Amino acid sequence: MNSRTVTPANSSPTSNFITHFITLLLFWVLLNGSLANDVLIVGAVVAFIIAFFFRGNLAWFSELRLTPKALFTTVAYILYYIKELVKSNINVASIVISPDLPLNPGIVKVRTKLKTAMGRMLLVNSITLTPGTLTVEMDGEWLYIHWVSVDSPDIEAATAGIVGGFERYLEVMYG
Amino acid sequence: MNTILPIVGGLLLVLGAAFLFLGGLGLVRMPDVFNRIQAGTKATTLGTLLSLAGFACLQPDWALKLFLIGLFVLFTNPLSSQVLARAAHRSGSSMSALTSIDALAKDRNEPSGEPL
Repeated sequence: MNSRTVTPANSSPTSNFITHFITLLLFWVLLNGSLANDVLIVGAVVAFIIAFFFRGNLAWFSELRLTPKALFTTVAYILYYIKELVKSNINVASIVISPDLPLNPGIVKVRTKLKTAMGRMLLVNSITLTPGTLTVEMDGEWLYIHWVSVDSPDIEAATAGIVGGFERYLEVMYG
Repeated sequence: MNTILPIVGGLLLVLGAAFLFLGGLGLVRMPDVFNRIQAGTKATTLGTLLSLAGFACLQPDWALKLFLIGLFVLFTNPLSSQVLARAAHRSGSSMSALTSIDALAKDRNEPSGEPL
């Protein structure tokens, strides 16, 4: 949907193929919990076929910057994300159990600074996974977000409130 | 260690079940489809993750597979709720009277909440 407005990944099909193959094989081994020969051979064949067919389409890790700073930020992002998840879950839970249901729902428009497809995907999924905010539609750099308690319908203020926290980390990771 | 782990696991399970219950309660109490998605699909994320962590404490052998299940929940949950919300908005599902602003309907030049 948004991919046509996003700059294409500067990764070759070969490197895509290799990262897919390794990721799929790793998942296969973890799910089986064994390193027996027959398990490995079946996994390798299936991972090879899937990675071969999707070598041109998906840029999984290829847009991630592999600098020490980006890796450090990834860890910080995960910790920040867990904090937000707990905070907003308690927030929504308190709305649900309060007798007068203090809702102020609405769909607000916000803007993202992220340019890469992977960075935007992570941003949108993070926003959606956090209870209280839900991405309804995406159009280029504009996101339409359903918000349980709208603090401000203003684009700038809503952007700072919803997107700002996640974007700070994702900017370093994906640019 | 062997005595603490089951207690921690049990506490995590109770906490997870509490969040799952609140998610279910939200499904009943929330006024429209978007707010129901907020409560019903996502308050359950933390509930599911806590339950999985609880199981991992009770059965440490399963920890790796439970971690993978948690990872898949984290990947699929936002995707499904986002697509549900988009489909609901496109098909003109009515919004609660409490709704203060609908920037998306405004940008599409639709009257807010009316079917297309």
